[in-house]
Amino acid sequence: MSFHPLMPYGEGWHKSDRIVAAEGQPFAFTPDRVRQLEEICGKYPPDRRKSAVLAALYFVQEQQGYLTANAMRHVAEFLRITPAEVEDVATYYVMFYRAPVGRYVLQVCRTLSCALGGAERVVEALSEKLGIKVGETDASGMFTLMEFECLGACDRAPVVMVNNEYWHERLTPENCSKFVDDIKVRGEAALSGCYLKVEN
Amino acid sequence: MEPVLTKYVREPNSFELDFFLTHDGYQGLKKALAMQPNDVIEMVKASGLRGRGGAGFPTGMKWQFVDKKTPNPRYIACNADESEPGTFKDHLLMERNPHLMFEGCLIGCWAIGAKVAYIYIRGEFYHVQKILEDQLAKAYAKGYAGKNVMGSGWDCDIVLHRGAGAYEAGEETALIESLEGKRAQPRIKPPFPAVSGLYNCPTAVNNVETLCNLPSILTNGAEWFARLGPEKNGGPKLFCISGHVKKPGVYEASMNTTLQDLIFNYAGGIRDGHRLKAVIPGGSSVPILMPDQLDVPASFDAVQKAGSMLGSAGIIAMDETTCMVWVAKNLMHFYAHESCGKCTPCREGGDWLYKILDRIERGEGEVRDLDLLTSVSNNIAGKTLCAFGDAAATPPLTTLKNFRAEYEAHIREGRCPIPADWRAGTALAAAH
Ligand SMILES: Cc1cc2nc3c(=O)[nH]c(=O)nc-3n(C[C@H](O)[C@H](O)[C@H](O)COP(=O)(O)O)c2cc1C
Ligand code: SF4
Ligand code: FES
Repeated sequence: MSFHPLMPYGEGWHKSDRIVAAEGQPFAFTPDRVRQLEEICGKYPPDRRKSAVLAALYFVQEQQGYLTANAMRHVAEFLRITPAEVEDVATYYVMFYRAPVGRYVLQVCRTLSCALGGAERVVEALSEKLGIKVGETDASGMFTLMEFECLGACDRAPVVMVNNEYWHERLTPENCSKFVDDIKVRGEAALSGCYLKVEN
Repeated sequence: MEPVLTKYVREPNSFELDFFLTHDGYQGLKKALAMQPNDVIEMVKASGLRGRGGAGFPTGMKWQFVDKKTPNPRYIACNADESEPGTFKDHLLMERNPHLMFEGCLIGCWAIGAKVAYIYIRGEFYHVQKILEDQLAKAYAKGYAGKNVMGSGWDCDIVLHRGAGAYEAGEETALIESLEGKRAQPRIKPPFPAVSGLYNCPTAVNNVETLCNLPSILTNGAEWFARLGPEKNGGPKLFCISGHVKKPGVYEASMNTTLQDLIFNYAGGIRDGHRLKAVIPGGSSVPILMPDQLDVPASFDAVQKAGSMLGSAGIIAMDETTCMVWVAKNLMHFYAHESCGKCTPCREGGDWLYKILDRIERGEGEVRDLDLLTSVSNNIAGKTLCAFGDAAATPPLTTLKNFRAEYEAHIREGRCPIPADWRAGTALAAAH
């Protein structure tokens, strides 16, 4: 059956890429994070703790690198909502990892302005240098390569975000190899940073 | 026009509270607090300020619709989700002038009678959020936010809320859903947020740049603001110019300035040895304009008259090395990826369009694919819950309209007619 008479619906055109979260280790927030998270919950009306779910999931990611079923249940308990509500959110937003990732997650913007600036070739070059495809982690567990949609800095194309937080601008295909080597040695300090900070 | 919003952005400490205070900081708020909230709304209405988030809806009118009789709290939700491809103005404003946004949020709260402003900032802007957190703490410490704002006896909180990567969270009702801790999927309107928004309370959703315009309206007056641009398109405007121009960046100008002027003077024109082929004038969601259509003021009304939209003022310029089927395919990947999945035409159709475009671009398309593209696009546009559907149908429709011959060449030759070594960005990358 097809919604459209000419579309070969159901012949490999529609596949879910749902990843069922692993159970993982038993999980509980560190006392420090519990305190911080309570503070965040306090910014919303008392019966609206659910508003803090994104913040809580970021904390999980900070604490153990990626989301697991155990962690999501803990978040649900903490916010007094159901595990399904947490999973609903966790599977929607692209910045949550539902499987282990490398120490440095290279998130290359692939949308139009960056693509006009050569983002496709940047992805190719990084992929070749690291010996992995987009979405994979290299054997050493150091790098994961991802494509992202417009990061909101299109005048600095092509832009790369690292670990949801650090930025590198104007990465050319030619510089990719050095870029990776630099990160290996200097970590996040190897990145250019973002926006006017680069100019000043 | 002398810059208003970006006057100091290149000063090293422009983001600091102390710097802001020595450059008329929080004076607009002071003025507002001395006025009746209703008079503030009237003033914003008189200024003609139109929303900078994309739709260009008059801000004063939006505030007027906010239900003032409700016993429930009211809210300002500041839309800092900036994710429209080609747009990066709020990014600059927040990074270099965060207090202007705070001041705008507070003026908005005063006008509609809210006690909390939630700033929904996209998750990817964490480096900006850290600056905002720092500066917000300073504003609290010095009494510009929190209890007894500027000694007025009025309390108002500002809360930063980090998103987690979803374009659709920029749509106002999806933003509200996301603030409530759910998937960023739009609600059915009506009721509009002004009647029932965040936590089912009256809410005004305003873009960052929109709010940043308020302080100067309060200090310089509605008339001053209106006179800065063409009729009904007053005030300063930030334009984001990217793509194949020599000097990509954010430029502040009046909406009297033509698109031509913005691209060829402000942004320095097209990179050397190349010529302009097509322009997307208002973020990836709007129709393409051809080089001979650019001699129009970059205002909401004039760009619409020219057949496109000013949208988020994200101007993307492309030169002759650009394959337009590839452009449509690139943008369709974005829309297929970012669809929230709530409506069938958008969720399924976006994916189909991407696959058809990909097939044509690889040289495996057939002539009937062109009608298929049109048919699928037309079955998305206007048939969905939010404006995302119309946006998603735009890349194939606008490229087919202006560059049908290019599609036909792909199909006829069985490959992309643009030479492989022109493929996006090689020349540009070498030039940097
Ligand atoms: C799919 C979609 C995405 C949007 N993304 C944004 C956005 O990232 N930032 C923004 O300010 N407005 C965005 N908008 C517009 C908002 O829905 C809303 O109109 C705007 O925030 C209102 O603020 P304004 O009146 O100040 O422009 C988007 C709209 C749609 C339909
Ligand atoms: S048009 Fe698309 S993005 Fe908008 S509500 Fe429908 S499915 Fe979601
Ligand atoms: S297209 Fe890459 S940052 Fe906008």
